[in-house]
Order: sequence, then C-alpha cells, then structure tokens
Amino acid sequence: MKLIILNDYDQVGEWAAKYIRNKIRRFNPGPDRFFILGLPTGGTPLGCYKKLIEFYKKGEISFKYVKTFNMDEYVGIARNHPESYHSFMWNNLFKHIDIKSENTHILDGNAPNLVEECDSFEEKIKAAGGIDLFVGGIGPDGHIAFNEPGSSLLSRTRVKTLAQDTILANARFFDGDLSKVPTMALTVGVATVMDAREVMILITGVHKAFALYKAIEEGVNHMWTVSAFQQHPQTVFVCDEDATLELRVKTVKYFQGMMHVHNKLVDPLPSK
Amino acid sequence: MPSNKSVSNAPITQFVNCRILRDHKLQREDLWVREGRILDPEKLFFDEEGYADQRVDCEGLIIAPGFIDVQINGGYGIDFSQATSNVRGGVALVAKKILEHGVTSFLPTLVTSPPNIYHKVLTEVKVHSGGVEGAGVLGCHLEGPFISLEKKGAHPEQYLRSFQLGGMLDLIETYGTLDNVAMVTLAPELPNSEKVVRELTQRGITVSLGHSVANLSQAEEAVQHGASFITHLFNAMLPFHHRDPGIVGLLTSDQVPQDRMVFYGMIADGIHTNSAALRIAHRAHPTGLVLVTDAITAMGLPPGRHTLGQQVIEIQGLHAYVAGTKTLSGSIATMDMCVRHFKQASGCSVEEALEAASLHPAQLLGISHYKGTLDYGADADLVLLDDALNVRATYIAGQEVWRK
Repeated sequence: MKLIILNDYDQVGEWAAKYIRNKIRRFNPGPDRFFILGLPTGGTPLGCYKKLIEFYKKGEISFKYVKTFNMDEYVGIARNHPESYHSFMWNNLFKHIDIKSENTHILDGNAPNLVEECDSFEEKIKAAGGIDLFVGGIGPDGHIAFNEPGSSLLSRTRVKTLAQDTILANARFFDGDLSKVPTMALTVGVATVMDAREVMILITGVHKAFALYKAIEEGVNHMWTVSAFQQHPQTVFVCDEDATLELRVKTVKYFQGMMHVHNKLVDPLPSK
Repeated sequence: MPSNKSVSNAPITQFVNCRILRDHKLQREDLWVREGRILDPEKLFFDEEGYADQRVDCEGLIIAPGFIDVQINGGYGIDFSQATSNVRGGVALVAKKILEHGVTSFLPTLVTSPPNIYHKVLTEVKVHSGGVEGAGVLGCHLEGPFISLEKKGAHPEQYLRSFQLGGMLDLIETYGTLDNVAMVTLAPELPNSEKVVRELTQRGITVSLGHSVANLSQAEEAVQHGASFITHLFNAMLPFHHRDPGIVGLLTSDQVPQDRMVFYGMIADGIHTNSAALRIAHRAHPTGLVLVTDAITAMGLPPGRHTLGQQVIEIQGLHAYVAGTKTLSGSIATMDMCVRHFKQASGCSVEEALEAASLHPAQLLGISHYKGTLDYGADADLVLLDDALNVRATYIAGQEVWRK
C-alpha cells in the first residue's frame, strides 16, 4: 500500500486526478486498447473530477479510449432524478469530457431483473478485459461502494439493502428527508474491486479518520470492508491530514517520509 | 462526433461557452437543440448514446428565450391597422425587422378601427411559426373598439363601440372572425362585458382590461370571469386612488382566483411610465410584469409625421404624439431597449428583466410549456445577448435568423 498524505481536500483531488491522468497517458490507450477505469460517486471524488475536467480542457488527457465502470447505483429512483448516480456522473464528469456514452457503464437500478443486471455487469467488466484502475471512496463505517459492514470480502456485484448509517449519511442529498432516501442499491462486490489491477482509495475529512485507521492499521475484517485491500498488491490510499487523526504518529511519519518518491508519480506530466 | 442515427437523423447542435437562463437563474450550461427544440443532453447520452453534430461557440454570451411582444402596432412604416393592398407583406416586414431586437414571436396589434379594417386584416394575418423570414405570429391583439370614450387615448372616437347587441354578436359583427385572434383589450365597465369576457376566455383568447374607467370591483369581476391581462398599466385607465385603486389595484387584489394570476403590460420606454411608478408596480407584483413595446408605425423610422390607424402622429425625439396634441400615441422603443431600460430603472436582476420579455408573456398566453423558456422540449427560439443586454444573435427553432 502507498499512503499519500496531503494537506487538504483540494490537494487530494488534484493529486488523485494527476495520478489518473498520468496512468492513462502512460498506458497510451487507442481504438484497440482501452483504459478501463472504475469510478465512485459522492462528495469525496468531486474535487478529483473537477481537476480531471480541467486537465481535459487543457488537452492533457482524452477519454476517447477510456471505458468506465461505476461502483454502484440506487435501486428504484428515476435515472434522471437529480440524486441518481447517473445524474451525478453526467453532471460532474461525463458532460464535460469527450467520453462516449457506449463506453460508460453504470448499474441500472430500474432493471426489470436486478440479479441479472448485476451478473451482466460482471460479464461486461470481464469482456472489457478487467479494470486497470478502480477509484473508490470509503464510508465512515469503512465500507467500499455499498459493501456495508458484514459484507463478504469475496462478494461480487449484487443487490444490497443499505445500512441505517448510510441512509443517514445520504439524507443530506434528499433534502434531509429520510423517507425519500432509497433503501436498496446495486453495488460491485469487494472481490470485484479486488480483481482490478490497481486500486486507489480517496479519504478526506475527520469523520473518515476512524475508518481509515481500521482499514490500514488493524486486521482484515469484514466489518471494515476496505481493510480487504491490505491483500491487494497495488493499492494507493490518498488522504488529507484530517483523515489521519486516528492513525499512529509512526504510520503518518513513515509515509510522509516517502512523499518525495510518491510525488514522482504525479509530476511531471508524462509525454505522450 | 456524430449523433446516434437509430433514434433520429436530425442533426444536433450544442451551444457551448454560454450562460443560459433556466430555473430563473443564469447558469453556466451548454444548450442542446435538435429538430427545432431544446434537447435533454443527459437523455441523449444515456438513452441514445448520441452527441452533437455541430458546436456553436457563444463566446461567453447569455442565451435567453426569444422575446415575445404582445402589443406592437407596426413599425418601419407599416401600420397593422391599415388595410393596405399587402397586409401580409406588411406584417412580414415588421416580423423580419424585429428579429434584430430579439423578438421571436409577437401579436400584431390593431387599434380601434372600422369593421372593414378588421374584416380585411383578420382574414390575411394568420397564426404561423417564425423562421428565417421573421418572428412568428401567435395571433392578433385587438385593442378596441370596445373601450371607454374617456380613455380612448390615441384611438379614433368615431369607431368606438359598445356591446349593444348583447356581447358576442357585437364582436362577430365588428371583427368578422375570431380566428387567429390571441388577445382582446376591452373596458369591463361596458354593459354586457361579462358575457364577452367569459366567452372569449372559453375560446382560449386572452382578455385584457384597458382603455377603461373601471373601478377595482368592476375590474375584479372581469378577472373572475376570465380576464388575465392589463393593457399598458397606468396608461388609459383611472389613476391609483387609495380608496379605489381601479384597475391598478388588481396587482395586489385578493379577489383573483387562487389558481390564476393577473399579468400587466408595461411600456418601459422611459416615457410612458415614470420610473418610480414602474418600480411600484414591479415591487408590488414582480411575477406579473410583461414588457411590451406598444410600438407604432414610426418605430425604426426617422422623425416626422406618420399614420397610426385612422390618425396622424408626430415624432419628436423619443416621443410620439397624436399630431397637434400632447397625447402619447404609442412608443418607438424596441423590445431590447425596453428590457435594458426596465433593468436599469427597476434595479431588477438580469434574469428578471429577461423573463419579463419572455417567460411572463408566454405564461400570459398559456404557452409557457413550449415558448418563453429553455426547458427541455421547448421550441428553440433564442436570443443571444451580451452582459449589457444588447442583442447579438437571434435563433428560431434552432436556426440562426439574425446576427449582429
């Protein structure tokens, strides 16, 4: 694991966006070899998406030969509902860049057969050749995507009932009205993300600090599903100082000491 | 990048680098158009996997819905109330010229005239969509002849009428037909008016109160029967009085039915209404304000004498008077001038100023689901403006019809 510790939310967004940008550039995708990117939604990646849009506008990156797979989507809300993850991705990323619709994949929470929808999503990932880089966030309860505490670490894409904590955390996007928040979602499984060739987790804010501690300093445990990535060979955790507040000083100093090496991953811009 | 041909072959245009007026706010968003209507790009992306065929770079301009003028008597030498040998040509000329002012739809207005004028003009002027030839005609606005003698303004006295045959019969006899009529201005204090108001409303024709000495309760009664507009507020009606506000009192009346609203026309040319009066009206009832030009023949022409209906008018600077008097006979301000003046005089926001010329007239006419708005599915009648609200380009059904 690489732990990248930055000062604040904005720096996290920028570092993560540069990492993605550089990874895609080095990969040099083309019509016969797409770069497959797994993507999250929510407040955490917004800063990263804004930066990616900036890089696209500057001509530093193109999404023409990038395919995306989103982690999750609510069940039962209209696709064009302002809080659906389709709307989120359209408004915060897709509409600003040159990605083709047929190269984006988001689970359909209104599919007539939800289990089939989940299985077919797994098939699509396989058909694309697997995910090159899966970007994700972490919940205050340590979940990755909607893999709530207790989710099997070997789980695949499936229907999940949302935990009360998650519903509460999401209420702010539904005018604070708990009755309006969806209670089920389709989500990639822990193992689905583990299958990716590389994983990048973004964590910002003091309310995520305990989850980060549980994820990287304690054991692999299905109550804190992000801890599964301790067993992934290529993981990067990008966080701000607030998110490190529950870590040991020793851990923080260790990784801060490596920043000069890790920063080479994001600067300079690799030539095409 | 080509659009998806499986749903529609029609090309898709994406307006970029613009700020659009949507949900009452100017937003940094692109505007998408296909087949003459505003397109939902998210639906296009996810459902059709389509994208734009061409992009129009708006260079930071504002895109607002095209302006709608519900009271315009002519311009550029054309007088809609004159039965010339080429009525259609006259309307077409004005329709073409007003594109420069950002107007994409209008109601050719006829002042009080003899029956033969109405019979001739109303058979020639039809409702039709706009395009590169000019702004669309939504129907005619018949301002008179069923108005008050005392408040005739510039209208010719000899052609004023009352509802002596009971109401609708008078209308049919005078106008000949109600086809292609979108609005009628009348004085509600005239006996038998309530039947007329109800019948016109039922036929989908907007009834406006104006050129009248009605008191507030007479005006409220007319509104309850269906009247929904006030023709050029303050002008040609009793002045506001604190014990009987008259027609002006409709702006804050509590007798207006719950599900409806009273709109009022304002000639914001800096002449017809004192800025303080404009502000009082705006602050009392901001969502009902509809900018109108009430433009006359002389609009667009050099100073001098010109005809309006059956009378002669005289231009002096920015004023237009009935020749030989000090009675105002209409305005020569253009719609974009009115929008700028309204914003400056009232201190309102850019959004409010633009909506007073687009959304509000569309709501008044009951067509706001496809005109006066940039919502998905609406007609792509657009006006591109700079920050000072000068018109830079006009589009009708997604096609550029004028550019500065």
